[in-house]
Amino acid sequence: MTLIATQSLTKTYGGRVTALADLTVAVEPGIIGLVGANGAGKSTLIKILLGLIAPTGGQVSVLGIDPTVDPAAVRARVGYMPEHDCLPPDLSAAELVTHLGRMSGLPRTAARERASEALRHVGLYEERYRPVGGYSTGMKQRVKLAQALVHDPDLLLLDEPTNGLDPAGRDAMLALVHRIGTEFGISVLVCSHLLGEVERICDTLVAIDGGRLLRADRIDAMTTATDVLAVEVSEGTEELAARLAALDLPVARDGRLLLVPLADDGTYDLILGAVADLDLPLHRLDQRRHRVAELFATRELTHA
Amino acid sequence: MPEPSTAAVRSAPSGVIHDIGYQRYEGPRLGRRHVFGALYLHGLRTAFGFGRSVKAKIFPWLVVGIVTLVAVALAAIRSQIGEPVATYAQFADSMSWLVIFFVAVAAPELVSRDLRSGVLPLYFSRPLPRGDYALAKLLALVTALWLLLGGPQLVMFLGAAFTTKDGIRGVWNELLDLLPGLLYAGLWAVVFASVGLLVASLTGKRAFAAGGVVAVFLMTTPIVGTLSILPSRTANELAGLASPPTLVRGTGIWALGDLLVERDQAGLSIGGFGPVYALAAVLLVAGATALLLARYRKVASS
Repeated sequence: MTLIATQSLTKTYGGRVTALADLTVAVEPGIIGLVGANGAGKSTLIKILLGLIAPTGGQVSVLGIDPTVDPAAVRARVGYMPEHDCLPPDLSAAELVTHLGRMSGLPRTAARERASEALRHVGLYEERYRPVGGYSTGMKQRVKLAQALVHDPDLLLLDEPTNGLDPAGRDAMLALVHRIGTEFGISVLVCSHLLGEVERICDTLVAIDGGRLLRADRIDAMTTATDVLAVEVSEGTEELAARLAALDLPVARDGRLLLVPLADDGTYDLILGAVADLDLPLHRLDQRRHRVAELFATRELTHA
Repeated sequence: MPEPSTAAVRSAPSGVIHDIGYQRYEGPRLGRRHVFGALYLHGLRTAFGFGRSVKAKIFPWLVVGIVTLVAVALAAIRSQIGEPVATYAQFADSMSWLVIFFVAVAAPELVSRDLRSGVLPLYFSRPLPRGDYALAKLLALVTALWLLLGGPQLVMFLGAAFTTKDGIRGVWNELLDLLPGLLYAGLWAVVFASVGLLVASLTGKRAFAAGGVVAVFLMTTPIVGTLSILPSRTANELAGLASPPTLVRGTGIWALGDLLVERDQAGLSIGGFGPVYALAAVLLVAGATALLLARYRKVASS
């Protein structure tokens, strides 16, 4: 089943500001990274998916439901974590998440049970009975995530979940999101302006810029095709390059490095054989994973 | 930030923690009516400071205490002199200042707090329609105000019923007096809640909201005063329309007559414009509610 599908989705504000322009994308369940610079249209897309704002044109469907027609049905199955501060400081996390669970239609006791479950899953224990106002940013982000989980959604929409966190907090949050997507059986759409962050945890990457789709694909399709072997020899780089070219390997020079696309394990053998034949001192031979960022390098996406 | 592992270790001595993993929820999911009811009850509790800090309880309960005390005093005096000092409607009328202050505290508590903390996206990303949020809060405030006035009226009724010398007939007569009084309290509640909540929903700053509510109810009083001394009988009789408290009183005079005012008593004179007052009250409530809904339509999509 298609998780989210849009067809020529367009949103303009007041006929002048274009937030989304002719966006057509379809993604399968899993962890989806939605990347784009600030103002690329990520938040607008999320609000359309939730049925909070109506698109100017085009079609959209979430979990097979059209949010412009039946927003309540979509929202019942979706959990949303907003980007900005959204927690009343004087309530405890347990009270807030329980209340919001009831707002999602859970009966009283179920809401209480699921609230403490959700808070436990995001790593909040005794502190859940303290007022949220005294929490660290990391704890607040966890509460925001817990309230999105409390009603057991089929899809989580996370808007910049790592905002304001220190590096350790970012890693913990990303690990948590990854765990939700893989172990909990809940699909996740993670918005971020930091490509380097989401590419670590997602299966599918959707990149938008200025409201337009740059690229949408499974992340393994993006990376495996671009794996290369980097070869460095202390001397005789030219000779090796000539020899490898003679072996029908498309060699590229990158400073002192020779880059050879990795076709299969045989590529290793060919290179090692060539180095041994020429009796060159091999400095290093390693597999270099292309960062996904390089796929978008020309479009100047923000990258950590 | 505390890592999950350290927290788990810390709580470990109190018992063995079994990580049973994430469990899907298979239980019932309640519909719109239940969610609305839950939000309404939550709002009603909030208005009286339940589930809130001690500080939030002080003012509502101070007001409740005063109105109850007045009601008890009225009931006690009546049992002594055998004459009602004030009718139920007159009681509601004389408590109007306290009702205004109660609204000035409760309305911001109900809506401004949510605006300020930015929690509304968490509501509006859930199934409940955005109008339901506003209506549940409005209904909660109406109920709170009605209880605030109706509760003490009930105290007065019980006092009168237990001291009546006419047996069951006396109790019945007293009940017939009480019911219009409760209706009149309802009118106060509906008008003040709808206007007060609308004003409070315009700002996230609680102090501004409270000031705004008081201003709307009190600052309009001088207009009534000015109009009522104009050398035109019509202007005088329509003067009460200019301010919510006098509007309610005018409607009450028209609907309840001598239950509210003595026949020869001076004060607000509405002449033959009673229906105009009633119509104005209905329009005011409908208008304020429509604006409140429009306000939340805007908030939700921003």
